[in-house]
Amino acid sequence: MSTDLSKETQTAGQLINSILAKSYKEAWEAKEAGRPVGWATSVFPQELVEVFDLCLLYPENQAAGVAAKKESLGLCEEAEAVGYSIDLCAYARTNFGVLEKGGSENLNMPKPDFLCCCNNICNQVIKWYENIAKELDIPLIMIDTTFNNEDEVTEERIKYIRAQFDDAIKQLEVISGKKFDEKKFEEVMKISSENGKLWKYSMSLPSNSYPSPMNGFDLFTYMAVIVCYRGKKETTDAFKKLIEELETNIENKETSFRGEEKYRIMMEGIPCWPYIGYKMRTLSEYGVNMTGSVYPHAWALEYEVNDLDGMARAYSSMFNNVNIETMSKYRINSLIEGNCDGAFYHMNRSCKLMSFIQYEMQRRVYEETGIPYAGFDGDQADPRVFGKAQFETRLQGLVEVMEERKEGSIQDE
Amino acid sequence: MNKLSQILELLEDVVKNPNKKVVEFKEKTGSKAIGCLPVYTPAEIIHAGGMLPVGIWGGNVEISKAKQYYPAFCCSIMQSCMELALNGAYDELAAVIIPGMCDTLNCMGQNWKGAIEHIEYIPLVHPQNRKLEAGVEYLVSEYANVKKQLEKISGKEITEADLEKSIDLYNEHRDEMERFINLAASHANTVNNYQRSLVLKSSYFMLKEEHLQYLKEINEILEGLPEEKYSGKTVLASGIILDSKDILDILEENNMRIVADDLAHESRQIRTRVPEGKDALTRLAKQWSNIEGCSLAYDPKKQRGKMIADKVKEDNIDGVIFAMMKFCDPEEYDYPIIKSDLDDSDITSILIEIDQENRSNEQIRTRIQTFAEMI
Repeated sequence: MSTDLSKETQTAGQLINSILAKSYKEAWEAKEAGRPVGWATSVFPQELVEVFDLCLLYPENQAAGVAAKKESLGLCEEAEAVGYSIDLCAYARTNFGVLEKGGSENLNMPKPDFLCCCNNICNQVIKWYENIAKELDIPLIMIDTTFNNEDEVTEERIKYIRAQFDDAIKQLEVISGKKFDEKKFEEVMKISSENGKLWKYSMSLPSNSYPSPMNGFDLFTYMAVIVCYRGKKETTDAFKKLIEELETNIENKETSFRGEEKYRIMMEGIPCWPYIGYKMRTLSEYGVNMTGSVYPHAWALEYEVNDLDGMARAYSSMFNNVNIETMSKYRINSLIEGNCDGAFYHMNRSCKLMSFIQYEMQRRVYEETGIPYAGFDGDQADPRVFGKAQFETRLQGLVEVMEERKEGSIQDE
Repeated sequence: MNKLSQILELLEDVVKNPNKKVVEFKEKTGSKAIGCLPVYTPAEIIHAGGMLPVGIWGGNVEISKAKQYYPAFCCSIMQSCMELALNGAYDELAAVIIPGMCDTLNCMGQNWKGAIEHIEYIPLVHPQNRKLEAGVEYLVSEYANVKKQLEKISGKEITEADLEKSIDLYNEHRDEMERFINLAASHANTVNNYQRSLVLKSSYFMLKEEHLQYLKEINEILEGLPEEKYSGKTVLASGIILDSKDILDILEENNMRIVADDLAHESRQIRTRVPEGKDALTRLAKQWSNIEGCSLAYDPKKQRGKMIADKVKEDNIDGVIFAMMKFCDPEEYDYPIIKSDLDDSDITSILIEIDQENRSNEQIRTRIQTFAEMI
């Protein structure tokens, strides 16, 4: 596949941004050419769609993008004006707002011709996508990965998900007017799985590296392509470049974190996009870098090529779709692997799943690790919920405890 | 006191003291009671195992201990369930089935394990692709797990014959419940909103065979009475639950009678019969495939608004009250579509917010008053 990106001269960050822009551009071109464009949830098995050469866009990515540009409030209010409760996910409200308004000023995307929804991230997406399907009268491909109460994805669940893959393929054959190409599917699975591995590896590089080679918040920039362009070769190149850069940083003891990295923390939850710059600056002022996160695991979907059972298992094992024991384990591991001094939990008003499990999870994680934690209130896209003063006060509190513990451990030595 | 009043008084006592009924059952049978959290649980399996299924739909309680688990923006019904559980209100239960039908219910199940260790948690997750054969098969496997766990608790095998018998009984009970709902609507001067609620709600706390007898008696009495013309306004109630006496009385004050409902706690439980099929668990699973018009059951066609509008037109109902459970996202997503469907059919509707912890209903009173003037 040809690309207009001059890979050699661009930094990984630039490469990633241009790939993201390309994904939107391709979708617009497809739309104009009369080819169907889909909207998908962020951890949908996009392999199934990619094999048909159909363009996918991700409303969650758009919502995050427009929230960072301070456009989400207006869009949320558009949705609220037609009856959507202020208590609903702000990504969904932003998206309904885009549909009501007919577009976004900062990051526009074409209206979908079909929808792809997978509830491995939460169940609100089912309702969100149902509503778009109804309003636009378009097909909805639903992959239901029923919540895993058991430690492993049961065989019955895998069988059910597999059957849904088959059903989705049939639906996509109709939408695309093409026949399913097994050979191509193999190739897509290979690329997607490789990209997932590269993503996880690159984001694991802060582990045991002092200072961490990256500003933790860069993860949220890189994350966009693993969401939006997971099945493409360009993404492989970008992550290879990123790994190269980070490894060079490690070698030279350099970092993209601004200031001295005094403390390393795990941050839980989606960022408050409207305040992302503020949060980054504040963390940096206190010398706090994010080196632990569960996000490296979200798209590290490991399966063997042609192993559809494995693919079903991988998509079902997403860290939001597992029991509290496994959820806690993910946090414990990311605290340990990130060599973290503390954990900072975002009580995200939009995200019921992560918020309603959080108190109990915090206790379990603390019990296991003894690593101090604090929390703050916020929202991923609705700026009305976050308070700068509370954020800073809670961070200060955490820093004080981390400092005391450091002094204590020095004295012990 | 006439016979109808006697039965209603008895059912009111059940609704006010559900625990008494549970203890009574346990003492009488030596068997156990199993809690069923919203919205759909295969109570037939519990019944077939000789145990008492008990509906757990929260209640009016001040939220205090539950704050260790949930922030303030958590669904009101789950907050009160957790509070009541932590207060020991469910201690007579041997286990609870918590169906993972939404994010909040999934969290409830996970939190329950650590919070309420002495009452066993029985997980169950319904498939959303419920029309696919693979969805039905998967649900059969979930129900088989529930059955296995229940057998362990009761120490007794649940046979196919037991299950078929319970399914038949539950279907008959659904018929009779529906008959009551219709008779209450055609005798709106005899059965008021609170009494209607008592009859329906009491079914959650006693064996279906016992409740069925009361239903039959009530229905016979109502059938013997001439049809009544109600001078006030008639309404359909939608939402998760509307059982607060205070709110039902506000409707009364405004001469409003609930003559039909789309509530998860009431009609949604009974309007879909368990169909015939190859075996009991498949039959129960297929019932889930057939449920329509529910916020918890995947429906990309979103038929619920149209179903409500059709019912209102058919029965000549004056308006719709949407009782929105505070912070219930599945219902909050459905609402704008339902509202627009109702508007398109020129049906007047109003939304009131239900907070089980409510201490003041003044806002609801004002809204209902306004609504009464509108319809």
